[in-house]
Amino acid sequence: MTEPSAAIEAVFREEHGLVLSNLIRTFGDIELAEDALQDACLAALVAWVDEIPRRPGAWLTVTARRKAIDRLRRSATLRRKYETIAAGQPAAITDDRGPDTVLIDDRLRLIFTCCHPALSPDARVALTAKTVGGLTTAEVARAFLVPEPTMAQRLVRAKRKIRTANIPYAVPDDTDLPERLSAVLAVIYVIYTEGHNATSGADVVRAELTAEAIRLATIVDQLLPNEPEVMGLLALMHLQEARRPARTDDHGDLVLLPDQDRSRWDHARIADAVDLLDRALRRGVPGPYQIQAAINAIHAQAVDAAATDWAQIAVLYTRLAHLTPSPVVELNRAIAVAMAHGPAAGLRLIDAIDQLDRYPHYHSARAALLRDIGDDAAAVVAYRRALDLTTSEPERRFLAARIAEVRSEGTASRTST
Amino acid sequence: MKYALLIYNNEAARPDPASPQGQAVYEAYAAFTEEITAADVNRGGEALHDTTTATTVRIRDEELVVTDGPFAETKEQLGGFYLVEAPDLDRAIAIAGKIPGAKYGSIEVRPVIDLG
Repeated sequence: MTEPSAAIEAVFREEHGLVLSNLIRTFGDIELAEDALQDACLAALVAWVDEIPRRPGAWLTVTARRKAIDRLRRSATLRRKYETIAAGQPAAITDDRGPDTVLIDDRLRLIFTCCHPALSPDARVALTAKTVGGLTTAEVARAFLVPEPTMAQRLVRAKRKIRTANIPYAVPDDTDLPERLSAVLAVIYVIYTEGHNATSGADVVRAELTAEAIRLATIVDQLLPNEPEVMGLLALMHLQEARRPARTDDHGDLVLLPDQDRSRWDHARIADAVDLLDRALRRGVPGPYQIQAAINAIHAQAVDAAATDWAQIAVLYTRLAHLTPSPVVELNRAIAVAMAHGPAAGLRLIDAIDQLDRYPHYHSARAALLRDIGDDAAAVVAYRRALDLTTSEPERRFLAARIAEVRSEGTASRTST
Repeated sequence: MKYALLIYNNEAARPDPASPQGQAVYEAYAAFTEEITAADVNRGGEALHDTTTATTVRIRDEELVVTDGPFAETKEQLGGFYLVEAPDLDRAIAIAGKIPGAKYGSIEVRPVIDLG
């Protein structure tokens, strides 16, 4: 047999989440559903050689159900499983809501199961990327920089816990929804940032995670429409994606925001994201993702770095710090205040943060402000501290260059007086 | 007076239930259960799934906090347990959150093995 054609693989990837979630609802068992879907895909490789059927998802669902029942027949737990299926009224592909609604609801249930707080945060992310996103175990392992056996073990353990602890396969009720939804959004944003921080262009799998995260958030937005934080997260990711082409130079080095070529930003995408964010904010329930998106929108809409409305950004960081207190948010607030109201005001805030001593960006931000108020000696000490802490080679080059600059300025001012 | 007898053992060293050693352990427990039942001192008990299936529930600042894994703090010790019926983990967590001890301690939720 030849390699599966790219067209068939694309169909598998596209249909994976829908078919799998439907099988999980029918059989109540993620592992059985995965095995059956894999059997069905193997059958499809043979059956689809000449032509892909008109409704490939339905073909896979029907075939996988048959394969699952074959597997159950061979297993000792047959009787009990049949009882479960009978009790759960096995899904006809169609019911009165029409075929698509049923399948899509299944996928939303699956997302909530995979992001259940009773699973460890690492397991939630891996399980969502694999079962809903359709990545293979090897791809998920590579994307999250974990050896494949470790990742396989993590996934097996999570699936086992879902089964034995009976984590429900359901969209939570209204009282639990806000908190459970924020767990889902956190998982999606981790998937996004993993991809976004993959600076090496060669690592395609990691970069694909950003597209996957946006796809997941889009699904959640379709299924739970008008949830402001879902819209906020989508807007946030679109705004970051829109600026991505300008984030690295021709050598693959990071380009900081003030130095980016803004003509390389995707301005149509920015406009769409800002529209989406406006619609979210109009619902009057601001949350951390909407605020982060608003900060990104201000950056994305400034014609150049000097035109950035830092006073507004400082206000938004104050609100964000109130909603989700963290030293990193405080650091960003201090930087915004320094840009809006001068380095001395920013330094006062930065010096009040005491949990970031091991965080290189804390020291480099502090160094830049010390330099701005003319305290070159303290600036060099802070830059050196940042240099000692960072593990990134481009950052090391950046910091060494700053230290050299401060030193030469110091020499220049001494010789001129 | 009732006593809760809590059985601690090394999960990693537990024999496969289908193996001869596993069968021997099962039979030993069955004999023990029969013995204490005959003596009319048996007030109930269950075998628990291992700790990888455990979930810990706390109430902090009036918020329900759910985390993966068993309770593993040595400063606090097991002080009692309830056996409850619930259709799924979400319901079990909701009940656990109502236990008074959830406000200052932690409640570990462990599924019970169905030996029936």
